Amino acid sequence: MTRKGYEGVAVAVPVSVPYVRYSIRAAHWWLARCFSEILKAAGLKKDAIDGLSVSSFTLAPDTAIGLTQHLGVSPRWLDHVPLGGASAVVALRRAARAVQAGDADIVACIAGDTNHVDSFRLTLANFSQFARDAVYPYGAGGPNASFAFLTAYYMRVYGATREDFGKLCVAQRANALEYSPALFKKPLTLEEYLSARPIAEPLHLFDCVMPCAGAEGFLVLSEERAKALGVAFASLMGTIERHNAFASDPVQMRAGWALDREELYAQAGAGPLDMDFVQTYDDYPVVSLMQLEDLGFCGKGEAPAFVRRHSFTHNGSFPLNTSGGQLSVGQAGAAGGFLGMVEALRQLTGQAQARQVKDAKLGLVSGFGMINFDRGLGCGAAILRC
Amino acid sequence: MLEKPRRKNPVLRTRLPTLPPAARSRVALGLTAAAALGRFELQQCRDCAMVQYPPREACQQCLSVHLPWSPQSGEGELLSSTVLHHSNDLFFRERLPWRLGLVHLDCGPTVVAHLHGAVPPAPARVRVAARLDRAGQAVLVALPEKETSNMADDRQLREFTCDPRLRKVLVTDGKTAVGQALVQALAAAGAELIWVGYAEPWKKFPGFDELNRISQATLLPLDVTDSKNVRELAAEIGGKVDILVNNAEYHRAFGIGNRSGVETARAEMDVNYFGLLRLAQEFGPAMRLRGADGLASAVAWVNVLSIYALANFPPHGTFSASKAAAHSLAQCLRAEMRPAGVRVVNVFPGPIDDEWNQLVPPPKVAAAALANAIVGALRDGIEDVYPGDVAQEWLARWRDNPKALERELS
Repeated sequence: MTRKGYEGVAVAVPVSVPYVRYSIRAAHWWLARCFSEILKAAGLKKDAIDGLSVSSFTLAPDTAIGLTQHLGVSPRWLDHVPLGGASAVVALRRAARAVQAGDADIVACIAGDTNHVDSFRLTLANFSQFARDAVYPYGAGGPNASFAFLTAYYMRVYGATREDFGKLCVAQRANALEYSPALFKKPLTLEEYLSARPIAEPLHLFDCVMPCAGAEGFLVLSEERAKALGVAFASLMGTIERHNAFASDPVQMRAGWALDREELYAQAGAGPLDMDFVQTYDDYPVVSLMQLEDLGFCGKGEAPAFVRRHSFTHNGSFPLNTSGGQLSVGQAGAAGGFLGMVEALRQLTGQAQARQVKDAKLGLVSGFGMINFDRGLGCGAAILRC
Repeated sequence: MLEKPRRKNPVLRTRLPTLPPAARSRVALGLTAAAALGRFELQQCRDCAMVQYPPREACQQCLSVHLPWSPQSGEGELLSSTVLHHSNDLFFRERLPWRLGLVHLDCGPTVVAHLHGAVPPAPARVRVAARLDRAGQAVLVALPEKETSNMADDRQLREFTCDPRLRKVLVTDGKTAVGQALVQALAAAGAELIWVGYAEPWKKFPGFDELNRISQATLLPLDVTDSKNVRELAAEIGGKVDILVNNAEYHRAFGIGNRSGVETARAEMDVNYFGLLRLAQEFGPAMRLRGADGLASAVAWVNVLSIYALANFPPHGTFSASKAAAHSLAQCLRAEMRPAGVRVVNVFPGPIDDEWNQLVPPPKVAAAALANAIVGALRDGIEDVYPGDVAQEWLARWRDNPKALERELS
């Protein structure tokens, strides 16, 4: 059975609570600030929000429902999306269905995490049962070690070089210099990238995201409602999610996008070549290469050549992660999964200021998350049009 | 190849022991239970035969919940490797850089494993084994496909083993054949220094001269029933002992009805149970402090128990009881030594081929075979050792049905 389309769904009011490296506040503080910024930007009272979707790692022991009492809201539709880097796409997809079905009029999708001085270690140690039993006791390197395996394998099999990964990191830093909330404020040269200290070989310092505290959010509502409110919006053209795909591959070199991308592009009535920009999930550059392949911008194993062919700055030949991505902005836990979505909305609603991609009409946002054991399990993608 | 460590400056601080992450789900402890015996087992579905990893509650293929632990060869291909230069955990932070590998096992699953230094870059054939780490939990280690020279000297592998090489060992009783075989085996394994205890030092015992001819061995008066003697010896050498092998034993035949009075049973308890307690109280604290003391840190405490500790052997009834008591105490010692990463190795031999087992039919364990099994266990990081055919058979019968074994023995 073909799934129904996403006609009539608007995505609007991108909000970012500026990141800090460490915060003494709880996740609730960051989510509350995000929620109130959304209301302020949309000119709404909180009672107008009747749907709430929450993503966070550090909200524990609370989940979304505890947050309703904390924030004093009474939604008639509530979702908790603990899917890390896949959170934004999945939250949007579910919220879109709620709006289409009339279960909610306006859904606020918020993601936020705090970062105390020792909280990242604790998150890693208890990330999942498989991680606790079969990964963390092996050097406690966290995702650095997992992505080092994938990066080393990718380099060996497909001939990628450190320069290829470095090119993405350097271009994203250039983008970040035009995005004031980014935690990294200095330009990055390829020489600096290559000579950085090793973290988990072949990964070096600038291949790894920096954990931080922050929050991101947006609204999902009908196009009519968005127009009535007078907020700028993008329309949802298509979206997919897929979990634990290709489970029998001995090592992850592809994820669920490769299964569902045809359907994604069919929903949107557009192809990869039509995209004006792409926001990939970029906790490590190898993941961006995997997404470019699985989403059909090039064939499997061809991403190194693709990278060598393009520049990736906002004004370059293939605008990618135009606010700098997590590699240059910081990774605020689950909010890191929202970074690309919020930036896509800014690009499509003309709010991207100096990094505005010229004539951006159509953009693709991709999400990837949850290294449960040896690979990322969740993935999703969405195409938005203005 | 490891070099003998330089003498330590006693004024400098001794690094305190830390442990690798120890938390595991209950189902994952199946890996530890097998590794404690030196086995590599993974869950294998009883219904569809699929081998599973990481440990889980249901088969990922057919959803069966019957996933018994089954022996696996561990052979596989190294897909990729990394060298950590950063860790979020204190134990590894103190031991960086640290090498890890991603291995596709021939039996199906892909695993993350500690990677031996002699394994070449991927792709490479490897042999994955389970080893107990300093926290006493099983971890996977990818070894070179074939033995290489000085393989046991690998810096990472040595964190999982208790190799006697370059270490200082105390053997508590040098008067028995087992004690003398232990000294020979430990010397052959490259122990740096072997202190050998002997009670009643005014008596010259058979084998005395042979022991004195072993260059690493030093004989010291030690009577484990003498609290003062144990305390004074611990004060003298306790801060230097890396491996303590308690083989002191008092063994008489007879059960309950064939002997009147409690003197013999009390003597068995005094050596076999209270002897262990005295040693543990005097030597334990110093060894606990030296769990991370460089290349030759305190690593292991070996108790020579008896297979009769599992189930009473009525013809040797009071001896069995004293060994059962010692086994229980050794479990307590294991818990108390664990925070220091010092492994308590319990050895459960079948009847040893000595005069006190004269009437026990063969097969019996030769002293040299027992000694080699103990050194082998230290090298391979094994925690529970059942040397000899009788011990293996008793263990199998006991695991299968302890009540049936009790009936068979009576």
